[in-house]
Amino acid sequence: MPGLLIIIVLVILIAVLVYSDTSSTIDERINLVNKIDSLLPQTQCGKCNYPGCRPYAEAVANGDADINQCPPGGRNTIRKLANLLGREIKDLNPQNGKAGPKQVAWIDEDICIGCVKCIQVCPVDAIVGTAKHMHTVIPQECTGCELCVAPCPVDCIYMLAFIQGGRRIRPDLNLSPAGAIR
Amino acid sequence: MTRELHDFPGGLLIPTHKELSNSKTSLITPLPERIILPLQQHIGIPAEPLVQTGDRVLKGQIIARANGYVSVPVHASTSGRISDIGDYTVPDSLGLKAPCIVIDPDGYDEWFDIHPTENYDSLDPKLLQRVIREAGIVGMGGAGFPAHVKLQEGTVSEVDTLIINGVECEPFISCDDRLIREKPGYIVAGTRMIRHAVQARHCVIALEEDMPEAFVALEQLVDDDIELIKLPVKYPQGGERQLIKSLTGKEVPSGGLPIHIGIVMHNVGTAAAAYRAVTRGEPLISRYVTVSGEISDPRNLQVLLGTPVKHCAIQCGYNDSSGESIILGGPMMGMYAGNMNMPVIKTTNCVLVTSSFNFNPEVPCIRCGQCADVCPAELLPQQLYWHARAKHHARLREYHLFDCIECGCCSYVCPSNIPLVQYYRKAKRQISQDEQTHASADHARQRFINRGERLRQEKSEQHSHKGKIATDQPQQTDKQAFIKDAVARTKAKRDRIRNQDGDGNSDG
Repeated sequence: MPGLLIIIVLVILIAVLVYSDTSSTIDERINLVNKIDSLLPQTQCGKCNYPGCRPYAEAVANGDADINQCPPGGRNTIRKLANLLGREIKDLNPQNGKAGPKQVAWIDEDICIGCVKCIQVCPVDAIVGTAKHMHTVIPQECTGCELCVAPCPVDCIYMLAFIQGGRRIRPDLNLSPAGAIR
Repeated sequence: MTRELHDFPGGLLIPTHKELSNSKTSLITPLPERIILPLQQHIGIPAEPLVQTGDRVLKGQIIARANGYVSVPVHASTSGRISDIGDYTVPDSLGLKAPCIVIDPDGYDEWFDIHPTENYDSLDPKLLQRVIREAGIVGMGGAGFPAHVKLQEGTVSEVDTLIINGVECEPFISCDDRLIREKPGYIVAGTRMIRHAVQARHCVIALEEDMPEAFVALEQLVDDDIELIKLPVKYPQGGERQLIKSLTGKEVPSGGLPIHIGIVMHNVGTAAAAYRAVTRGEPLISRYVTVSGEISDPRNLQVLLGTPVKHCAIQCGYNDSSGESIILGGPMMGMYAGNMNMPVIKTTNCVLVTSSFNFNPEVPCIRCGQCADVCPAELLPQQLYWHARAKHHARLREYHLFDCIECGCCSYVCPSNIPLVQYYRKAKRQISQDEQTHASADHARQRFINRGERLRQEKSEQHSHKGKIATDQPQQTDKQAFIKDAVARTKAKRDRIRNQDGDGNSDG
């Protein structure tokens, strides 16, 4: 009898341990996916071979995908992911594409025939228009994913450089003279 | 009643070199060959052009209108023809090109139809604020914050003290000193106007001890309504937070504004511009600029906005071939001007000519801590420097990087010649850029999620629609019976008509 009791107690203990363990790992995993997702540029371009940034984040968390598959994020995102996951920084996988400055799509409205194919593929609903009427891109909402370019039957969508507030961003700063003149 | 003065932490006693330029009467600069007016000469949203290339404009005419609340209009500073609207290099700490309107002056300097505002002291403060806004007035001390936004604070919350800042603490610069000496009446009347516009209880004009002539000039004009205060010379006494601390002993909270402790501050130049706008209807189209440094005739100039910097320097004996470089603003907070054709804008207070462009080489930090001793914002410049180099943005925030006023004291004392302020400016910029990208990524994520939900909903609606058709099957048989009925009726009707026809004619 005492033997049976001990066994029952042990079984309960193990069950509790296993249960609490799995629940905590699920929480941890969701947390990790959220953290990875927050480092991704949310372009939703699918160049990583996953249908959006969150699925890619899940794949990275599962170990199915590497950290160097996001061309819009470029080296910056790779560095952040490497820091988060404690991995080595590596170069962007060329099979996924090339990194470059942010772009936005632009529709040549004179050529557009109003086929709605671009509207259907835009992942962030940044294109307005309706069948047989001209379409246009809302530049503030466009993530520059390029998904609308290929389906266009008349090739009237171009990717243009993203200019913030009408000003070109130049990274270097002028020297400040503080301390140079006494 | 005399005001008890306080002291702000840190700061420097440095040679002021004001004697180079403050004793000579200011000159009115002759018309340049062309005037370049940037659409953005203030903090906020750029103005929107109202003219086109080829238009003739008159002096004081609005050529670009304010675009939103934190924005002010731009006026033509002389009469002439618009020769271009396009991108030109502007005085901006980032050395960027920005949209400008270019005027080729016709030499007549013909005024636009302008009207003074009468009896300002009985006017609704809000109307007075509008007059000041329409005149395109911005803070002329250097930051260029639209004046009406600060004035409007007076109608929203109670203002205890209005401070008119005549403390020109940066070395070499004497344009405010000259302005006060030459136009003390403008300053005092302008101060009363601003006081009325913000409905302040107390009013102070603050000067530094090394401006005795300006002090005397103002003393003759002020009444009991305005306190005139002299402060000891110390850099950066003229910084907004530092001056508030010196005059009131109060500290503006980190991340807060002076209005949060009941204070509004304006520069003396802003007061003079407000006077002109109200009593004469003249918009802000000119300002005092100090031209000083290694130049044969350093002095102050009254310059039309949009005049190229080179044109100003030439008036004071600048020689193109001598290879000196030019700093816009003072030696502590200014910036090297890469392009001499940059225009003087609303916030340009000084053109400084110097031959000491080259820095001594930067060597490693020896952790002497002098930078922390002189920091007027009581920050830890050394820690900020390490974290800025390592790009630890979260750490930089923890160490209050955004409370740095970029006064340059730390760089000035650094024995290792580390251009600390430059690191901070760069880090501040990177942080705000990162935050912007982060915000737009969050926005895109939300739109992606919303779209997914919308598509799911559309799909499920389609499904339920199909289901409905399936359940409507019996009705459909009814419908088919109805159609059969109708067809039978129509056939019967046709047969009947045919038969009638057959009665009349032979069968065929």
